[in-house]
Formats: sequence, C-alpha cells, structure tokens
Amino acid sequence: MTASTLLLFVALLSAAGFLLGRKRAFGIADAHGGVKSLHSLPGHYGLYTAIWVAVPALLLLIVWQSLEPAILSELVSRELPAEIQELPPERVGLIMNDVKNLVAGNFVSSAVSPEISEAAEHWLSLETTFRWIRTLLVAGLTGLGFLFAWRLIRPELRARNRIERVVRVALVACSTIAIFTTVGIVLSVLFESIRFFQYVPVTEFLFGLEWSPQTAIREDQVGGSGAFGAVPLFAGTLLIAGIAMLVAAPIGLMTAIYLSEYAPRAVRSVAKPLLEILAGIPTVVYGFFAALVVAPEIRGFGESLGLSVASESALAAGLVMGVMIIPFVSSLSDDVINAVPQAMRDGAYALGATKSETTRQVIFPAALPGIVGGLLLAVSRAIGETMIVVMAAGLSANLTANPLEAVTTVTVQIVTLLVGDQEFDSPKTLAAFALGLVLFVATLILNVIALTVVRKYREQYE
Amino acid sequence: MEAATMSRDKKARSEQSAQAATRKTASSLFGTDRSSDVPDSTVGVITHDDPVFTCRSVDVFYANKQAIFGVDLDIGRHEVISMIGPSGCGKSTFLRCLNRMNDTIAIARVTGRIELDGQDILDSRIDVVPLRARVGMVFQKPNPFPKSIYENVAYGPRIHGLARDRVELDEIVHTSLERAGLLKEVKDRMDQPGTGLSGGQQQRLCIARAIAVSPEVILMDEPCSALDPIATARIEDLIDELKENYTICIVTHSMQQAARVSQRTAYFHLGYLVEVDETDKIFTNPSHKLTEDYITGRFG
Ligand SMILES: Nc1ncnc2c1ncn2[C@@H]1O[C@H](COP(=O)(O)OP(=O)(O)O)[C@@H](O)[C@H]1O
Ligand SMILES: [Mg+2]
Repeated sequence: MTASTLLLFVALLSAAGFLLGRKRAFGIADAHGGVKSLHSLPGHYGLYTAIWVAVPALLLLIVWQSLEPAILSELVSRELPAEIQELPPERVGLIMNDVKNLVAGNFVSSAVSPEISEAAEHWLSLETTFRWIRTLLVAGLTGLGFLFAWRLIRPELRARNRIERVVRVALVACSTIAIFTTVGIVLSVLFESIRFFQYVPVTEFLFGLEWSPQTAIREDQVGGSGAFGAVPLFAGTLLIAGIAMLVAAPIGLMTAIYLSEYAPRAVRSVAKPLLEILAGIPTVVYGFFAALVVAPEIRGFGESLGLSVASESALAAGLVMGVMIIPFVSSLSDDVINAVPQAMRDGAYALGATKSETTRQVIFPAALPGIVGGLLLAVSRAIGETMIVVMAAGLSANLTANPLEAVTTVTVQIVTLLVGDQEFDSPKTLAAFALGLVLFVATLILNVIALTVVRKYREQYE
Repeated sequence: MEAATMSRDKKARSEQSAQAATRKTASSLFGTDRSSDVPDSTVGVITHDDPVFTCRSVDVFYANKQAIFGVDLDIGRHEVISMIGPSGCGKSTFLRCLNRMNDTIAIARVTGRIELDGQDILDSRIDVVPLRARVGMVFQKPNPFPKSIYENVAYGPRIHGLARDRVELDEIVHTSLERAGLLKEVKDRMDQPGTGLSGGQQQRLCIARAIAVSPEVILMDEPCSALDPIATARIEDLIDELKENYTICIVTHSMQQAARVSQRTAYFHLGYLVEVDETDKIFTNPSHKLTEDYITGRFG
C-alpha cells in the first residue's frame, strides 16, 4: 500500500473509531443511568477513540517515511560488490544516485552496468518488504490504539479534558513549526555568513568601498577577495529607499488625512478599496512599469534639461517603489488617525479651530508616534523590495549619491549572486548569505522599533 | 456557566421588550399630533430681561429623525442655567446648537432661530470660528490635547491671535489657569503633558482652555459625570465663581448639582422643553406633571 492509501485507510478507521467509541459511551451511559452519568458527552468519547486510532499510527507513518530512504540506501550500498565499496565515498554516492534514478525510472547518466541494475533490483525487493512491514505496523497500531481507548471508556474518564489537551498540543505544534522555520532560516543564514567571513573579513565587507564579486572567482586575480566591500550596495539601497520614502511619505500621509478627516463617506468607500487594489499589484508589474515607462521618461526629460541620465537610474526605481508603498503608508496612517479619539477633534472645534488647524495642530501630533511607526515599517518594506530594483535600477555597484546614475541594492546583488550555476562554497555564493544577514538585521531592527512605537501609541488611548 | 449565559439572554430579551414598551408609550404619547403629557408650549418663564441667547422654534434633525422639537428659550447674561432630563431627551443636542457644534455631525440639521446678542447664529453666512470663540464648551469626558499643560491653554489664544507676544500669552495662560483654580497645582510643571493630570485636574484644565479665549458663554455638557465627588465639588465651586463673568449653560444628571449651581433650570423630555423656571421653583414646586415625576425620581 502506498503512503497515501495508508493515510486514507487510517482516516477511515479513525472515523469508525469515533462511531464505535460514541456507541460504547452511549451503551455505558445506559448501564449507569443516562448520559448525565458520564463525565463528558458521548461525542467526546468518540473523538477520544478516534484520536487514539489515528495519532499513534500517523506518528509512526511520519517517522517511517522520513527514515525509510536512508535505511534503504544504507542496506543496498552494503550489498554492493566489494570493488565498488572500495571506491572513494563520492564515487559510491554517484553510483547510489544512479541506482536511485534507475529505481525511479529516470534517465541514468552512464550506461547501466550489471552491478547497478542488480542493486536496483535489490532496492526494489527491499522496498516491497518495507511497504508490507509498514502497512502491518500501521494497521497494528490503529488496532492497539482502538483497544486501548475502548477499554478506557468509562463514566469517570475525563475525555473532554484530554481532547482539550490534544487540541492544545496540536496548536502548539503548529506555531512551533513557524517559529522553528524562522529560527532555522536565520541560523542557516548566520552559519553561511560566518563561512563567508572566513574568506572575507567582516570589516572589509561592511566598510569596503568596492563591490565586484565577479572578479573574485578567478584565483589568479590580484586582490580577488578585495572586491567584497558592500558599502556601494548599502548606499544604493538607502538612496533608492530614500527616494521611495520621499514620494510615499508625503503622498501617503496626505491621502490618509484626506480620507480620514475630509472625505465624504461616499468618496471614502470608493477610494479606500482602490488604494488596496494598488497594494495588490504584483511588484514585478511595477518593475516593468519602472523599466519600460518611467526610466525612459526620466531619461528623456533629463536630457531635455541637458543632464546626463543613465537609462537605468536610481530615480526611476525609487519613484516607482514610492508609488508602490503609498497604499502601505496611507492605510497604516489612516488607521492611526482614526484611532485619535473624536473627543480630541471636538475639543479643538469647540475652541474655534478650523478643520486644517485641528488636523495639523491636534490630530497629527496626537497620531505622530503611530505614523512614525508606520513609516518605519514602510522603510523596511522599501529596503527589502527586489523586483523593481532589478528591473529599473541596474546592476552596477556605483558608489554615488546622484539619483540619475545606475546603482544597485543589497537585494539585487543577492539575486545576481545566486542566479546561474554556482559552487556552493565560493565566496561569491556565500556573499549572498552575508548580504541576507545584513538585510535581515536591518529590517528586524526597523520593525522592532516601529512595533514598539506603534504599541506605545495604542496604549496612550486605552 | 450555563446558568450565567441563560440569565444574560434573559436580561437582553427583557431589555428589548422594555425598549419596545418605551417606544410604544413614546409614540402613543407624542404621536404626530403631540398629544397628552407634553405641554403645547413650555411651562414657566422662557424669557429673560437681559438675554444673551434668544432661541425660538429650534428643531434639530438627525437625518430624518427629529431630536429637538420647537424649543423656545432665553439664556440670560451671567446666569447659570442648568438643563436636566432623562437620557436621550436632547440636552446635549440642544447645547451643541448654541455653538453650532452640530455642524461637525454630517447628518445633523438645525432649523429655527438662535440669536446671540441679536445676531442669528444659524445663518449659514455666520463664521463659526469667532462664534466658538464667544461660546466655549466643556465636555463630559475631560479631553485635554496630548500637549503640555501650557500649550493646552495657549492653544485657543494662538489660533485666534489673542496674544501679540510671548509675555501676553504667558499672562493669558496664567490668568486662565488661575480662574480655573488650577494654577497652584500646576505652576511648576507647565511643560508636562496635560494628559498626565488627574481626571478632575484635566477637567479644570479644559475649563481653563475654554476660558483662555475670553468667551461670553461657557457650555458644559455633564462636566462632572466622569469625576469623583471631591473633584465634582471643586468644579461646582468654580462654576459659582465663574458666573460673575460668564454665562454658563450646564447639562447635568445630578439634580443636587443643578440645585446647587444654577439660577434657572430647564427640563427636557423626549426632545421637548417641558418647563423652565427659577431653580428653586422647579425643585420645590414644579408646575408640570412630567417635571415633578422626574425630580421626584419616578423616571429618568
Ligand atoms: N450623532 C447622532 N446621530 C444620530 N442621532 C443622534 C446623534 N446624537 C444624538 N442622537 C439622538 O438624538 C437624541 C438626543 O440625544 P442627546 O442630545 O445626546 O441626548 P442627551 O444628551 O439628553 O442624553 C437621542 O435620541 C439620540 O439617539
Ligand atoms: Mg448627553
């Protein structure tokens, strides 16, 4: 039986367990004077039985599935002819790969030698045995689980409480998966970065002014490892994020103020969803918009003023990224402004303040901490944005503050470092992890500050 | 656990039926022909020898629902007039007409005539900015701005350009705080946030803020209902002092408070002004049955 039929089988048994468990609970209840004499509802006993049928079997299945390939491969390679076993481990690994491919019916790299096809057959026969054992074990466990639960069902069994406990464990397990994934990613980035820093010193990476990772893979190059100075990338990132915020902060804020303070209800009910649509446009669409429409426009305009503009410029990417972030800024600020109590507005109006005075002098300052928090979140978004910059800002790592030149950012370099065939232990590839680490730390700090600020602000009006 | 849920359900249901009952009496009592209990015209003396406000046939609508029905009332110079009545009878709504705060509610519409020193303030050509400088307001819940104590009081004078320089502004802020009886408590911490004061202090700060633009009238909408008895007593003393220089309209739920601070009292019922007279008269010898029922605590 394949794993998925087995799963289906367990599910059916578990459903049957539910029905039987409930039936037994009813039976016991009758013997003891009604459902009231049970600690929990009959359905709880059914569920309890179902859990005992399914969970141990499923756990076994998961463990089995994760161990089976390794065990099979180990057993098969032990049976390989002696002359193959004496080969260096990498060669053995390659041969085992061929075996696995043959088993899976894939294309095999070299002509199939008799040893390999023999090993493949061995593999297949082992696998069949394994499947049988697995099916028997799973079936046995469901049966055992069922019997166990069946015997436990009596009036004083606290089935409801036990189910609650299972639910809690399941919930904890789910959230743990999310947390562990994050921790895993962070750790892997961290360790790869540490490997990178064995090739390139940290200080050089953080403070070096020149970035050209392509030259470093040629070992005859003088100072090949000297080209991993990430300052131009940081500068480019900040330049583009800065331009984006120059666009998004004022426009987003004004939009939020208009929507929350001035707009009639009808306008608001149309404009807010429209802004949310803007937020839903995929960034790659913004990207080609930037590359194909905005960048040429800027170039043409700049040239008509006698300026030299690169065809891919920080300005184009920054402007479009700014537009992309507008809905982000405006909806966050809108929430914050709406959270300012109406009493504050009444207080100002009752003193004879006009609408704009009230907004500027009372509401805006009251909402400022929250707005700043929102802006910081927007900045971290801008720093992490990749697609627009890849398409519109270019790849050349210029160290410049001129928005009309091409620059590159941390995210873009990560992309270019990893595109194409790479050796996994070259500094060039590892540099991507170091850049990722910097990016992660930067956005983490921004988010922590922003969230603290926003939370403080929320408390102010409890 | 289950019992609690059940009693909650029951309570909600009984509340609903109570509401339905009120609605029924309300409509049978005050149908379109405004029959039975509510008098055809307000009982008592609606006029005043030296009126600041003269209100005639004031109606207020929230969308299509009428909240105030043809109120006629004079409010005299330097008197304290209190407005009492059951919740939802339109006291706040009427008060907010006097400085056109109802303008800030999109669905609210006020008709009739309200004259402030002979000038109709409901005229759409009237600018509300100077009007609200002349008619200040204090709210139920203290609502100091999230600024320093000084800035809270200085805000009004600033937007109306009342002070030529910092010295004059300091002067205004100090006298206002002094009059609101708050100066002694805050003079060492003028630059600290107004939101850090106690509830009673915050309310006096709001009064100082209103006084700072030298209004003629101060409207107070249940100014003590969020305060403890001691803070309430302080505000009541303050109202007594302020009436030398200001006209004060105060909405209150406490009949003792109305009796203590006001010279005249107006009783509102379901949007109608039922009776208005000298406070003593209202509380000792009300003319209308509804007023009597209310002050003797039969409903409200
Ligand atoms: N903003 C508003 N929108 C719609 N109806 C309102 C609004 N404010 C008050 N009302 C209605 O007007 C009536 C009078 O309310 P209000 O003046 O607040 O009463 P009071 O202050 O005497 O308790 C009530 O029926 C209330 O439901
Ligand atoms: Mg009210």
